[in-house]
Amino acid sequence: MLSNSYIYLPDSVMFDLEDAVSIAEKDTARLLVYNTLKAKIYGDIETVVRINGVDTPFWEADLEMAVRGGAEVIRLPKTENVNEVKELEIKIGKIEKECGREFGSTKIITAIESASGVVNAVGIAACSSRMVAIALAGFDYLVDMQTERSSGTEPELFFARATVLHAARAAKIDAFDVAYGNVNDEEGFMREVNIAKNLGFNGKSLIHPRQIELLHKAYQPTQPELDHARKVIEAAKTAEEKGLGVVSLNGKMIDPPVIQAAQRVILLADYS
Amino acid sequence: MNLIQKGIAGTLESSDILVIVNPQAGGGVQLSIQSKVEKQFGATIRRVIVEKLEALGVTDVVVDVKDQGALDCVIAARVQAAVYRAAGVDKVNYEVLS
Repeated sequence: MLSNSYIYLPDSVMFDLEDAVSIAEKDTARLLVYNTLKAKIYGDIETVVRINGVDTPFWEADLEMAVRGGAEVIRLPKTENVNEVKELEIKIGKIEKECGREFGSTKIITAIESASGVVNAVGIAACSSRMVAIALAGFDYLVDMQTERSSGTEPELFFARATVLHAARAAKIDAFDVAYGNVNDEEGFMREVNIAKNLGFNGKSLIHPRQIELLHKAYQPTQPELDHARKVIEAAKTAEEKGLGVVSLNGKMIDPPVIQAAQRVILLADYS
Repeated sequence: MNLIQKGIAGTLESSDILVIVNPQAGGGVQLSIQSKVEKQFGATIRRVIVEKLEALGVTDVVVDVKDQGALDCVIAARVQAAVYRAAGVDKVNYEVLS
């Protein structure tokens, strides 16, 4: 999987050094990821490395490898507060300088996995120019909240989803919903995808290749949506050329928020 | 890099390679390869292993590998990990790996 997951055409591939790697194999996992990153077999697919948390003895060695290896993004698990991100940011900058990598080129995604993390999410999302996204991780969060996953509308995750999403939007970064662990439950996965999409998440963290196409399809605009978006952009362009402040399409006013929504539809279609 | 003990890294799973290194004082590099793709890629596997040993400054070693169709980057990682384990060194010097 390490050396061939690009064939499934994910938007990003995340190499895990945390929970998926036993303590006895942390050293070999780092070298596997380092050599894979250096081999540049992932082309345009974004490379992310999930390091161990800052409360472990492993995270600094993980980070040293990931930044030197050229990972585009570092995912910090179990982020509880701003100080942890600040500590990570300083360490990344130091390694970038030491290895001659462009300062600021290593980005950060924080994963929120606890009540503290959710409460501090607004500050976390906005505390570093390296932050490109904030993700909610459901398993640890629900344990911390002393509850468990339900089916249906998942009320147990609603506050966390809403909070993390607002933190992301206020900081102008992306937000990613929880991973869905039962890879054989397509119906449950799609139910959760729709919840996340309707709330406004940019996507989900995935743990199996078969989930990639399902997620892409769910976020892919329908042809009528795409046709309408193109008409909106065309109408806005015409209005601008004629010096008109406002224009209407099929009797509905086309204003900046409508244009932004249309641009997003076209962007999603390009990526789907 | 000075090897002081046996070092093992990797697995026998598909697309992986199991690398076992043993120090041998003054004996040079002795390499034994078992691979299901030895006819096609034996020379490449050998080249990658020798290059990585040289980069790490390992000159006297017995290396046994069982390859299951690993890519070059996986071969490199397993050789490096086995050598670091055999040297008893935890901190990796990425400057010499590059």
